[in-house]
Amino acid sequence: MAHDSENEHVLRQIDENLKRVYQQKVEEDLPDRFKMLLAQLKEQGEGETHQ
Amino acid sequence: MSTNPRDELVDHLPSLRAFAMSLCRNSAQADDLVQDTIVKAWTNIEKFKVGTNLRAWLFTILRNTFYSARRRAGREVADVDGVFSANLATKPDHDGRLAMKDFEKAFATLPDEQREALLLVGASGFSYEEAADMCDCAVGTIKSRANRGRAKLSELLNMDEDGAMELTDQSTMAVMSATQMKSM
Repeated sequence: MAHDSENEHVLRQIDENLKRVYQQKVEEDLPDRFKMLLAQLKEQGEGETHQ
Repeated sequence: MSTNPRDELVDHLPSLRAFAMSLCRNSAQADDLVQDTIVKAWTNIEKFKVGTNLRAWLFTILRNTFYSARRRAGREVADVDGVFSANLATKPDHDGRLAMKDFEKAFATLPDEQREALLLVGASGFSYEEAADMCDCAVGTIKSRANRGRAKLSELLNMDEDGAMELTDQSTMAVMSATQMKSM
C-alpha cells in the first residue's frame, strides 16, 4: 500500500509537469501567419457567398 | 442566430499549437501542421456538430493530419529540435527537484502514441473517453498508452527511486514555481 501511494505521488507529479510544460507552450505568442490565414480564408469565403 | 464555429477557431489556436509542438517536437513542422489544420477545419466546418467540443474536433483533425504525414514519410520523422535522447539527467537533483527541461527531454523520447495520450489526458484535460474518441481507439488503449508513457517517464527521470520519496508537496511547488530556485 505504501508502494501504491508512492506510485500515485509520482504519477501525480508527472501530470503536474505535463500540464506545466503544455501551459508554457499555450502561453507562447502565436505567429502572425495564423491570424493572416484566418483573415484570408474569411475574405475568400465572403467572395464565394456573393456568387 | 447561432454563432459560426469558424469565428471560434482563433480561440483554440494557442492550445492547438501547443499540442502540435509537443506532438511534432519541431516548431517549424508544428506550425505547418497547425496551418493545415486551420484550412481543413475551415473548409470542412459543416462537418462540425454545433454544440459538441470544437477543441476536440480540431485536435482530431490535427492528429489525423500528423499521422497521415508520418505515414507518407514512411518512417517516424527524426527531425527533432535539439538533442533529446542524449544528456538526459539521470537523477533528480540531490534535493529531489526535477528540472522542467529534463522533463521535456524525457517526454520527447516517448513514442508518438504515448506522447499523444499523455498530452490529451494528462496535459489538456480531456477525459479518457474523449481521447479515445479523438484517437479512434478503445478507452483501454488510451489508458494503457498513457500509463506506459508515465511509467517510462518515471523511469527516465528516476522518479521511482529514492528521489521520488523526497518529492514532497513543497518540492513539487518549487518545481512548479521556478526551476532555478535551487537551494544550495
